[in-house]
Order: sequence, then structure tokens, then C-alpha cells
Amino acid sequence: IFLCVSPQQEGLDDGPDFLSEEDRGVSFFFPFLISVLSLSSYCVLCMCVSTLPNFKQNEFSVVRQHEEFIWLHDSFVENEEYAGYIIPPAPPKPDFDASREKLQKLGEGEGSMTKEEFTKMKQELEAEYLAIFKKTVAMHEVFLCRVAAHPVLRKDLNFHVFLEYNQDLSVRGKNKKEKLEDFFKNVVKSADGVLVAGVKDVDDFFEHEKTFLLEYHNRVKDASAKSDRMIRSHKSAADDINRIASTLYTLGTQDSTDLCKFFLKVSELFEKTRKIEARVAADEDLKLADLLKYYLRESQAAKDLLYRRGRALVDYENANKALDKARAKNKDVLQAETTQQVCCQKFEKISESAKQELIDFKTRRVAAFRKNLVELAELELKHAKGNLQLLHSCLGVLKGDT
Amino acid sequence: MSLCHFYPSLVIKFFRVCVCVCVELKMAASSERSPPPFPDSEEPELLEDSDEGADAFTGTSISEMDSPSPDSTRPPKDIFNEPPEDIFSDPLSNINSEPQKKVDAKIPSPSSDEAVDLFSDPLDDDSEVMSSPEVQNPMPDLLNEPVEAPKSDVLGEPPVHRDAARQQDVFEDPPKSSSKSSSVKKAASSEMFGDDDDDEDLFKEPPKVVTKKPQPSGPPVDVFTEVKSDVKVKPQVKDDPTDLFAEEALTAPAPKPSAGSSSSRTNGVHSEEQDLFSEATVELSLDSPRNDRKNKDAVKPSVSAPAAPVASSSSKAPSKTLKELEEEESEDKFDLNISITNPEKVGDGMNAYMAYKVSTQTSLTMFRSKTFTVRRRFSDFLGLFEKLSEKHSQNGYLIPPPPEKSILGMTKVKVGKEDPSSAEFVERRRAALERYLQRVVSHPSLLQDPDVREFLEKEELPRAVSTQALSGAGFLKMLNKATDAVSKMTIKMNEQDVWFDEKIQDVENEEQHLRKLHVMVESLVNHRKELSGNTAVFAKSVAMLGSSEDNTALSRALSQLAEVEDRIEQLHQEQASNDFFTFSELLADYIRLLGAVRGCFDQRMKAWQRWQDAENMLQKKREAEAKLLWANKPDKLQQAKDEITEWEAKVTQYEREFERISATVRKEVIRFDKEKARDFNRQVIKYLESLLHSQQQLIKYWDAFLPEAKAIV
Repeated sequence: IFLCVSPQQEGLDDGPDFLSEEDRGVSFFFPFLISVLSLSSYCVLCMCVSTLPNFKQNEFSVVRQHEEFIWLHDSFVENEEYAGYIIPPAPPKPDFDASREKLQKLGEGEGSMTKEEFTKMKQELEAEYLAIFKKTVAMHEVFLCRVAAHPVLRKDLNFHVFLEYNQDLSVRGKNKKEKLEDFFKNVVKSADGVLVAGVKDVDDFFEHEKTFLLEYHNRVKDASAKSDRMIRSHKSAADDINRIASTLYTLGTQDSTDLCKFFLKVSELFEKTRKIEARVAADEDLKLADLLKYYLRESQAAKDLLYRRGRALVDYENANKALDKARAKNKDVLQAETTQQVCCQKFEKISESAKQELIDFKTRRVAAFRKNLVELAELELKHAKGNLQLLHSCLGVLKGDT
Repeated sequence: MSLCHFYPSLVIKFFRVCVCVCVELKMAASSERSPPPFPDSEEPELLEDSDEGADAFTGTSISEMDSPSPDSTRPPKDIFNEPPEDIFSDPLSNINSEPQKKVDAKIPSPSSDEAVDLFSDPLDDDSEVMSSPEVQNPMPDLLNEPVEAPKSDVLGEPPVHRDAARQQDVFEDPPKSSSKSSSVKKAASSEMFGDDDDDEDLFKEPPKVVTKKPQPSGPPVDVFTEVKSDVKVKPQVKDDPTDLFAEEALTAPAPKPSAGSSSSRTNGVHSEEQDLFSEATVELSLDSPRNDRKNKDAVKPSVSAPAAPVASSSSKAPSKTLKELEEEESEDKFDLNISITNPEKVGDGMNAYMAYKVSTQTSLTMFRSKTFTVRRRFSDFLGLFEKLSEKHSQNGYLIPPPPEKSILGMTKVKVGKEDPSSAEFVERRRAALERYLQRVVSHPSLLQDPDVREFLEKEELPRAVSTQALSGAGFLKMLNKATDAVSKMTIKMNEQDVWFDEKIQDVENEEQHLRKLHVMVESLVNHRKELSGNTAVFAKSVAMLGSSEDNTALSRALSQLAEVEDRIEQLHQEQASNDFFTFSELLADYIRLLGAVRGCFDQRMKAWQRWQDAENMLQKKREAEAKLLWANKPDKLQQAKDEITEWEAKVTQYEREFERISATVRKEVIRFDKEKARDFNRQVIKYLESLLHSQQQLIKYWDAFLPEAKAIV
């Protein structure tokens, strides 16, 4: 079975972008190429129109895979230079599992269902894919846009390579050993994070940010999970309406009594409301759930930043202590002084940029929420009005009939 | 007096013809005759009718012309006794009117001897005379109270007795097949049983008369055709007046409780007639005696029972078969509001049950008061259904099925946690019971059932038994159902009627689709509930997020969003219950109803099977007779012949029954279809309106939210 999905048709403009227009130094377009049969690999073609001076050309395009995005992200995280910045969160790996399962079912059931049912299911599946694609595109786009908008990160060499090098970056996924290491690193880091978090900050701003981010992160995590569930049940409801519509249709086609005509009309109405309901769910997903999810990751990144700063602070304090000890013992004083100075510098640098970053984060967050909530409300209104009109006209017809 | 002597033979001949014709005429005739409360409107027609009859038969039309006058003077009380009379055609009524006149004349000098002479004479004659009871019958009917005394004398006279006895010998038919007229008599004097049989015979004859030998005498044939053609024209003309009657009868406070019902029956009868026209005459003639007989049976209690409403309604119930096509009209005049409220738990523990308040509001005169309230428990409802289906289902009536027993749901209620699911269960059941009762009373014949009225009116009902799902009786029922199912499978009915064939298919398909639809709507309900729950959780979560947000404007917007989501949750909740109560329950009801429709088809099939069995039996008996004939065993031959006659009668009877049930089922199904269309229309529109309302609310909420979102700085 081949599904044909063309994101271009739908237009990508309604994807989530959490950046205001002026932030963009670079525009991206992501026409997709996906081998649907395997679903295991997919490529992202990114097309880049740049107004930035450092690029060799103004317009260029490359094909990138999800792994390459991860690589870019990791290269930022690992770079000590960027310790003072909120590293834009990596785009999430698209989840095709549910769709793959459905596709399999569709393949198995091909013989057993009627042609209409099959076409209908196929269309449903295609729509679902399309939604996931759009989401994926949007997420990846947001990542690149964030990087491109960042005053420091956009000058990163890896980023330029990522955008310009028009051959395969031959990034491989992490192997098991590396993954294990990552895992341990994470465990250590989170244990450390608890320790570090326990340290009272001297700076009120950071102290406040720390408590805020901790709470915020948890809340946003909760909200995002709940919104997902809400949207999922909304989608199931829309699916039910769809099935009701098709059953009503079969009921209506039985013969040609008045009641059957009535059924047909109601079926038609349900078919339309179904579409609207599905759109409502999809828009909620796009505007609300994705926003929350993005800020879940962004707040995680901000937390990471705070952790790095806290770590630097602890290191600095330790260096101070070590220096005091060294002075008392009059041993290795010079070395301790250097360490202390390095730590101090590092801490101050992180603090300085982090303060700006966190303020930026807040501004960005407020702007993004505003934009999305306004859009969400507008879309909800649009759909509800469309639905209302449908119901009105249908009721008019039905009542006129009787 | 001399008229009476003069007529018997004529009467007989005429009567035969009549019986055939009257099947068609019957309705029209009765519609004219029955509404004594409104003599003005009917009198002209009556006159016309008597004209026809008189012209056809004799030149005595002038004397007959007078006859209507006693009619109009008849007191309303007679209406009760009339139903039987109605069944007979107009021509008969002419005949009836003659003796009546005679009786009138007699009244001044009530010498009972005279009367006895009059009647005994013809009775002493042979079989021909059998019709004479017919002539007699009208008398009791038509006579006022003052005349009753002489009448009873007449009936009680020995000659009559003898006659009855003799006839009983000749005809072995059981008394139950008595003619309606005789049944009236019977009420007055029970000795007259024997007479009934003749009528039965007469009734059986008509088919032959119609099909084979229209020759008995020249004039009657003419009459027959004439009358028939006349009849054909009439329905249209009569249409309006009858309807008017029906309406008037029900709305106007009739002097007697039965007035409404009797006139409405007229209505039904009338419709039947029209319907019958479209079918073969033979079928009609087969059909009608049956109805007649039924009416007769029904009339018996009406005379004897002091409670007028009960009697009238019971007499009405069978004749209602004919009524279905009038549904449209009856809709307008239907005035019976039933509501079930206040579900209340009675008792404790596992013996607890829910009692529901059944309130009825009506202007129907058959009820004692305009509003009344009773308390009923669920098993009472089931008991009502059992009673109704016992009585009516074999006639092919569509008995609305009650909601299913739910052990799980009820147990929850019994355990008594005030959780929302048990409250919902009770509400669901309450609504289902309400719809069930409304369906029952909107069925014209079931409304007339004494049990229904008792259910609505009577303070205390005997505890319904055998409704327990797991009791022994329930087990027996299950067993019965199983055997039914098996026999259903074994019966291979070769369907001759295309209409039924298609309808059965349709119903099965429809049921299947509705089931599917129902499952989906249920799942929609569940998903909607889930959505509502998730929205509530999300709203809380957003509120928390808002409280931890340090940008004040954004924080406010988020808590606004939480509020909006909270309201949307309410909306989803409401919509879910709308989904459930207006849409899902509608489907569930109709799945059950379609099951009942199939039950009707099964009843019809059973009737067919009985008929076929009897046919086979008859075939066997005939073969046996042939064998005996061949073997030359005259001693057993007589017995074999008797058996053949017996089985022939049975075959005819079963065939009639089958025809009747077919007609009933067809009407029931047509009625059901109409009701279904109406119900679906109403409910779905209601449902869509609820959706509309939801969307309107949604727009309101988001509209209010939009400026908040825009206010984020």
C-alpha cells in the first residue's frame, strides 16, 4: 500500500512556530520525502533562504535526516562555549508507531472489507500521516529557526555545515555503548542536579528562576500530558462520528423511503461535522499541545542551563575552599588560585549570559503563548461557527422536509 | 307483525348475500349506525341505506323508510349493545329495524304471548328459520328499558328453548362461536346458546356464495352487485363524517364513557373497509366472520359487566385490528400524557427496588379522572408487557417491548452508593420506561386493554410474577424461546406475499445496521465522556500552570483558559448525555422494537404453519377415507367423513386466522414504520439542536477568551 501524502498541498504556514517573524534570519521549507512502506527512515529536505551574511549563497537546500538534527543539537550541548546559553531543544523523534499499526491492519484487512471502507480507511490514514508529518516538519523547523535566531549559536560552524554541506553528513546513530554512557551520564547529572539545586543561590534572580523553572517544568509536563489525552479522546470522538456517518449512510441507502432520505441527510451532516471535529482536535494539537510540549523541552533546556550554572557555582565555591586550604597549608597556592580564577570566570560568564537567556526565554515564552492562544481561540471560533452553520442549514432542510 | 312472518326466508337469502357484502359494508354501516349520540349526521345515510335494501327486496320500502325513526330515539345506553349490530351490514339493519318497529307497536300492549307466537313460528321451521334469531336479536338491542320485560319473556319461552336444544344437536360447534347478536341475547338469557351456531354456519358460507353461486335467487344477486358498487363509492363520501365523529367523540364529553370508544371503533371499522377493498373479495369474506365473531365474544362482557368503560374497551380491543390506518387522524386527537418521575428506592439490601411515579394526564373519557398518579416498580412494567403479549401477540400485534432487566445496574443501585453511574442508570431506566409506556398507550388497541388502564389507574397491583430474570419461570420462558427458535428454523415458509418477503428482509437488515450504529453511538458517548473527563483534568492542569507562570498577563490568560476548558468540560458532559438519551437510547429502543416486529412476523409464520399442518392433516384424512372406501368399510367411513368435515373446518379457520394475522401484521408494520419515521425525525432533530446549542456555547466561551489571549503582553 502506498499512501500519497503531499504536505505542500495543505500549506505549511499553519505549523507551529514559536518565534516571531523578526527573529528569523533564515527561512526554511521542508518538503518531505518519506518512504512509507518501511516507515523506518525518512528524510527531511530543508531548503534555506538566508539573509545572514556568513553564508556563501543566499539560497540553498540540503537533505537531512532526523539523526543529523540530533547531532547538531548534541554538538551544541557538548560545546563548553555554549554552557551559558539555553540550547534549543532537539526536535522529538516523530512517532509513527500508531500509524504503522493501522497501516498493517489496513493491509491485512484489505481483502475483507468493501472498497468504500478501504478507501475511507486509507484516506483516514493518509490524513493521520499528514498530520504527523506536519508536526514533525514544524518541530524541526522550530529547532533550526531557534538556532538561526540565536546571536551566538547561529555563528556555530556545525550549524553552517549542517545547512550548507550538500552531501551526507554520515552521522551515525549512537551505538549501545554510547547510549549506556549517556544513560549513566544522565543519572549522575540528575543526582548531581539534586545536590546542586540544594545549594542556596546568592543571586535572588537565579534563586527565583530556579524555583520557578522547577515548578513550571513539572506543571507544563503535566499539562502537556493531559492535553495529549484530551486531544486523543477528541480524535476518537471524531472517528466515532465518522463511523456513525458511514453507518447512517448504509442505513439510508437501503431503500428510498422518506426516512432513508432523512438518514442520508443526517449522514452527510455527520460526515461534515466529523471533519470539523477532527480539525478542531488537530488544531488543538498543533496550537496547544505542541506549544506545551515545546515549552516542556525548552524549560528542560533552561533547567539544564541553571544546572550548568549551579555546577559552575559549586565548582567555584569548591575552588575557593581549595584555595583557602592551600593558603592555610601554603601548598599549591598558585595552582589553586588559577583554578579558582577559571571557575570564577566560568561562573561569571555563565551567570551573565544565563541571565540574558532566561529573560529572553520568558519573553519568547509569553510571545509564543500569546500567539498560540490567540490562534487557538480564533480557530476554535472558526470551527465552531462552521459547525453551527452546518447544523443550522441541515436543521433547516430537515424541518422544511417535515 | 305480518312482516316478520313474511320475511324470514327473504331475510335468510338476503343475509347470505349480506354476509359477503357486509364484510365490506360492515365498516361503513357501523360507522353510520353507531353514532347515536349524533343522530343528525347519520340519519340521512341511514335512510338511504334502508332505501337500497328495501328496493332490492320488496316493494315495502315505504314501511321501511319509517324504520330509522326508532333508531334516532334509541337511548345512548344501547350503544353498548350495538357493536355486534354494527358488524352487520346496513341491509341487515333494515331488517332489524322492521321487527323493531313491530315491537314498538307491541309495546303499548305488551302481550308476551303474541310475541312468542311471532317468534316461535319461524323457529319451528327448519334450518332456514335459523336466521330468525337474527330477526329477534335486534329487538333486545333496539328496545329501550321499558321493553325489556317483554323481551325477556320472549326469550325465556319454552319454544325458544327447544329450538336451541335442537340446534345444538344439529350443530356441534361450540357455543363460543356464537353470533354477536346471539351473544347479546345470551347476556339477557343464557339459555339461548344453541342459536349461535347457525350464525357461524352462515358465516362460513359466504365465501362460496360470493365465489361460486351468486344464483340463489335473482334479486339478491342484483342486490349484491348493486350494493357492492354502492359501497365502493361510499367510503370516500363517508370519510369525512366518520373522522369528524371520531374527533368529536373524543374531545366532547360524551354522555357515556363508551361513546368515545365506540365512535372511534367506528372509525377503525371504516378504515378496515377501505383497506379490504384493495384485497380480494374472497379474502374479505373470509376475514370478516372472524372479526365478527371476535366482536361477538367481546360484546358478551359488555352487556353483563356493570362497569361500562371496561366493557366497551374490551369489546373494542379486537375490533381495533382494523384501525391502524387511521393512525394519522388519531394522532391529532390523542390526548394522553404519561410521565414517570421520582424514582425512589424502596426497601434495603438486596430486596430493595426502585419505585417510579407514573403520572397520567388525559382527557380520554375512558379514564375515571383527568389526572392520576400511581407508583410502580420495574417488574410491574415487565408484568404489563407479559400480560399484553400473552393476550395480543398471537393476533399479530406489535407489543412495545420494555427495557431490559439489568441485574448489574440494579445491584449497583441496591448496594446503594450514591455514585453517578447508578444515578445515571436510574435516570436511563426512568426515561426508557416512560418511552415504553408512551408507546403502549399510543397503540390504539393496547390503550384499550383493561390491563393497561389498570396499570395506569389502580392503586395497588398484584405483584408481577415470573419477571425475575433468573427464576424458574424465567427459565421456562427461556426454554420456550429456545424451542420457538428451533421451530422457526425448521419452518420453511414459502412466502407468497412479496410485501412480507421484502419487509422481513428490510427489518432484518435494518436491525443489523441499527445495532452497528448503536454500538458506534455508544462508543461516541464513551469517548465524549472520556473527553469531558480529560478536559476537566487538563483544565486543572492549566490552572496550575497559570498559577506558576510569573508573567501576570499570561498567568491570567492561562487561568482564563482553564475556566474555558472547565466550561467546555461541562458542555461535553451535557453533550454526552444528549448523545446518550436522545440518540443512543432511541436506537436501543428501535432495536428492541424491530425485535418485536420480527416477533410479529414469527407469529404470522406460526399461523401459516398451523394452516399448512391442518391442510396436511386434511389431506391425510382424505387419503384415509379413500382407502376405507376402497376397502369397503362403511362403518368407519362415517367417522372418516366426520373427521374430514372437522378438518376442513379447521383448515378454513386456520386459513382465515392466517389471513387475519397477515392483515394485522401488515397494518402494524405500516403503523410502526410511520411511528418510526416520526420518532427518528423528532429525536434526531432534537439531537442536532442539542449539538447546535453546544456549538453556540462553545462560540460564546471562546469569544470571551479571545480578548484575554490578546491581552497578554
